[in-house]
Amino acid sequence: MTVAADAPPASPPRDDKRWRQVDVRIRRLGARPDALIEVLHTVQEVFGYLDDDALSYVSEALSVPPSRVLGVATFYSHFVRKPQGEHTCVVCMGTACYINGAGAILNRIHDTLGIDAGATTSDGRISLLRARCLGACSMAPAVVIDDEVHGRLSPDAVQHMLEAL
Amino acid sequence: MTEAGTPTPARRRRQDPLIPAGPVRASAHVCMAAGCLSMQADTVFDSLCERVTARGLTDVAVKRVGCLGLCAAGPLVAVPETGRLFDRVAAGDDAALDGVVDGLAGGEGGRPIATDPFFSHQVKVVLEHCGQIDPERVEDYVAVGGYESLTKAVTTMTPAEVLGEVTRSGIRGRGGAGYPTGLKWTTVAKTDSPHGKYVVCNGDEGDPGAFMDRSVLESSPQQVLEGMAIAGYAVGANHGYVYVRAEYPLAVKRLTTAIRQAEHAGLLGPRIADTSFGFDVEIRIGAGAFVCGEETALIASIEGGRGTPRPRPPYPAASGLWGKPTLINNVETLASIPTIIGRGAEWYSAIGSGKSLGTKVFALAGSVVNTGLIEVPLGLTLREIVFEIGGGLPGGGKFKAVQTGGPSGGCMPESLLDMAVDYESLAQAGSIMGSGGMIVMDDGTCMVDVAKFFMDFCREESCGKCIPCRVGTTQMYGLLDRITRGLASRDELAELESLAGMVRDTSLCGLGQGSPNPVVSTLRYFRDEYMAHIDDHLCPAGVCKMEPREAALAAGEVAP
Amino acid sequence: MSVLTLTIEGRDVAGQTGHTILQVARENGIPIPTLCHLQGLSDVGACRLCVVEVEGQRKLFPACVTTIDEGMKVTVNSERLAAHRRRIVELLFTERNHICSVCIADRNCELQDLAVAVGLTHFELPLLSPQAVVDATHERFGIDHNRCVLCTRCVRVCDEIEGAHTWDVMGRGTEARLITDLGIPWGDSNTCTSCGKCVQVCPTGALFEKGRSVAEARHRRPYLPYLVAHEGRTR
Repeated sequence: MTVAADAPPASPPRDDKRWRQVDVRIRRLGARPDALIEVLHTVQEVFGYLDDDALSYVSEALSVPPSRVLGVATFYSHFVRKPQGEHTCVVCMGTACYINGAGAILNRIHDTLGIDAGATTSDGRISLLRARCLGACSMAPAVVIDDEVHGRLSPDAVQHMLEAL
Repeated sequence: MTEAGTPTPARRRRQDPLIPAGPVRASAHVCMAAGCLSMQADTVFDSLCERVTARGLTDVAVKRVGCLGLCAAGPLVAVPETGRLFDRVAAGDDAALDGVVDGLAGGEGGRPIATDPFFSHQVKVVLEHCGQIDPERVEDYVAVGGYESLTKAVTTMTPAEVLGEVTRSGIRGRGGAGYPTGLKWTTVAKTDSPHGKYVVCNGDEGDPGAFMDRSVLESSPQQVLEGMAIAGYAVGANHGYVYVRAEYPLAVKRLTTAIRQAEHAGLLGPRIADTSFGFDVEIRIGAGAFVCGEETALIASIEGGRGTPRPRPPYPAASGLWGKPTLINNVETLASIPTIIGRGAEWYSAIGSGKSLGTKVFALAGSVVNTGLIEVPLGLTLREIVFEIGGGLPGGGKFKAVQTGGPSGGCMPESLLDMAVDYESLAQAGSIMGSGGMIVMDDGTCMVDVAKFFMDFCREESCGKCIPCRVGTTQMYGLLDRITRGLASRDELAELESLAGMVRDTSLCGLGQGSPNPVVSTLRYFRDEYMAHIDDHLCPAGVCKMEPREAALAAGEVAP
Repeated sequence: MSVLTLTIEGRDVAGQTGHTILQVARENGIPIPTLCHLQGLSDVGACRLCVVEVEGQRKLFPACVTTIDEGMKVTVNSERLAAHRRRIVELLFTERNHICSVCIADRNCELQDLAVAVGLTHFELPLLSPQAVVDATHERFGIDHNRCVLCTRCVRVCDEIEGAHTWDVMGRGTEARLITDLGIPWGDSNTCTSCGKCVQVCPTGALFEKGRSVAEARHRRPYLPYLVAHEGRTR
């Protein structure tokens, strides 16, 4: 899709002041098509996830075809397309964590919460995520609960922490 | 799969470091790298400042520094003046905290660094300043001689002389493949480009179990920037990009601070050291795709697209970022450059052996006592690294294998423990140097399961562009899964081996070509474990859950 | 532009600097199987069917993007290459649903032709059989994702020739799928010009014209080079 030179500038999808932060970032990056990933990072930082309206706006603002925007947004696993839960629980699945029992931890959380990695509990309380490697290999297995890294964990310990949330 | 990174450090008011106005008798270096930070090193730092002030120690400094290396025993505090390291200084542990303050006041305590085998076998070039300086203060880096090499290069050397120095040092790419760095630089330098060239620092450290680049970026970011600027001068580029994983928010933060401070101090930007050479650096943040460590995919990602690799040639050295000649080097390679220029090629090439010169940083993890970050001369044996530096396996566990090279690497058995760790030996053993992750495995680890773990990784990280990698890794994963469930036949094992060869030969990029390595190397050294799963229907390590034999028989999958 | 000499399959041939192995081989009547390559579109080197051996090199090279060198000795057919190509086609057949007998492209399908050419008679590997969707919302065309081989010819023709960039690929690995705009139904796309070029270049029965039944699809692939040549003249 190309935006004609005389087309009016794209306008944000919703009347939400937070779009100003995104607009500032877009302007600072010169609204260049190659700023796509940077802008998607900003949108996700501001809103927590990338919905269709946001992608559509980014597509217009940077003059990048919508299919390319979606292609990029779905290529990188850091980008999420759904709102995340109130709490997040990230299980590191790096090699050191894996051989030290991260799988058992993940299974226990699955059994406790009834969700798979990448999903959020139906009450919207907890999102379960997997990480490729947090670089916390020396504390394997590691789990991050609400931005706090916990190391050398057992399935029981993780279950207790989740129940205490 | 949804992937997440480590959390952004909470915003809190930062306590300033304690730096006495007069001479310093002793200083506490509090490790602020990710590992220690996750064990509340910031609280430890605050407490130490309070306690030092309360004791009235006016000639004692308390500083934030980067990685001290021995992550297994964090939070760590080093006192360089007395050469002692205090480990497990937990926040709120009064005895431990007072122990450090006593140490600063002239008391004993802590372990001596010089004679500790974890430290005494190491040779620090890349990590020279890690744990010595505050990564968020450019003054600290300058005080230890930072940016002197850049000044030396631009004021006293021609670009050709810099190229010559790097070539003679014998350094090879530390990102994995080991391509001679001098040759790469020379190719970019020789390519004419009226519209500019680029230097890209590859900090997309995606190997699970590897955290060397992260530690360097978090502990000594200015060193990497200096290396990039020297590279820019040598090849004729004035603009650089650092590509860092989104999973490393602390590295991004410190690098951002470092760039701002270096520009403010006139160390980067136009007219460096009052010469006509200028160099600026921008950060690009990855978004969670292992394949972006491959240089053509990295370029696609910096250009804002899907990180899919393209066939080479043309190599980025000829046609890279926006079609311009582009030098892509890994973080560790670039961090070695200031020392090579500062101390000279001869000094550097005296370290190491054969065709593998200099030092290599490894992230030691898994079933080993001293997990952490180490830097050793190339050519040390696996045994020295695992048993002397690493302190062996915890709880007297039995060594089974050491994995290097991540998802493109291999597992080396006990019989190879006396092998020298260099590019050629590792390749001969069916592994690769890789970026430097080294995972020790004990006899509680099933090697078929490890192979499956890495294949799962490759299949999920495959970009999907070329058929052999996209479908081949998925099919290989399926076969490995059947083996670990006790459902596979010998024919299927043969099928797996044949697929492995085909995926290696025909895949487009290194991710696909390297993806069979964990399978091939475990088959080479641990074939009996595969056979136990297939013929005897059991997992010798007791890791894999076998499906009932009847189910396998009923499906007609295994011979009765 | 200078002329280079090389040997392909033991035959001495000549080609111009900058030409690819594939180009020179085809000019000389030496067949090399391809799938993602289509004359007139940029090459991506993705299907790996055209890999060839070059004497003195351990690596295999995709003929579609490898330029010729003076004195190069190229092998197009060897036992190893034949086995690899058969495997690649087999992988494609196992990835999604390619049951020819119920496909509109039956007997007019490049994947089917490839299977015959490489001698693929049966599958050793299990079928992955994902449940992919069919989008028939467009007035004249449809897409059956079960038949898609992700060659991206449609993406390239839509971007490079038509200039619409309606198509792209989302996701990665075996989860990768073709998309129209923001993943909306094709019929709702406001970038699609309904030119039909994507349908013409599709090697299988994934993209089709409506109103055709089994084995009735007729791709008009040769029209693309004419179109490109024509555009070249008018520019």
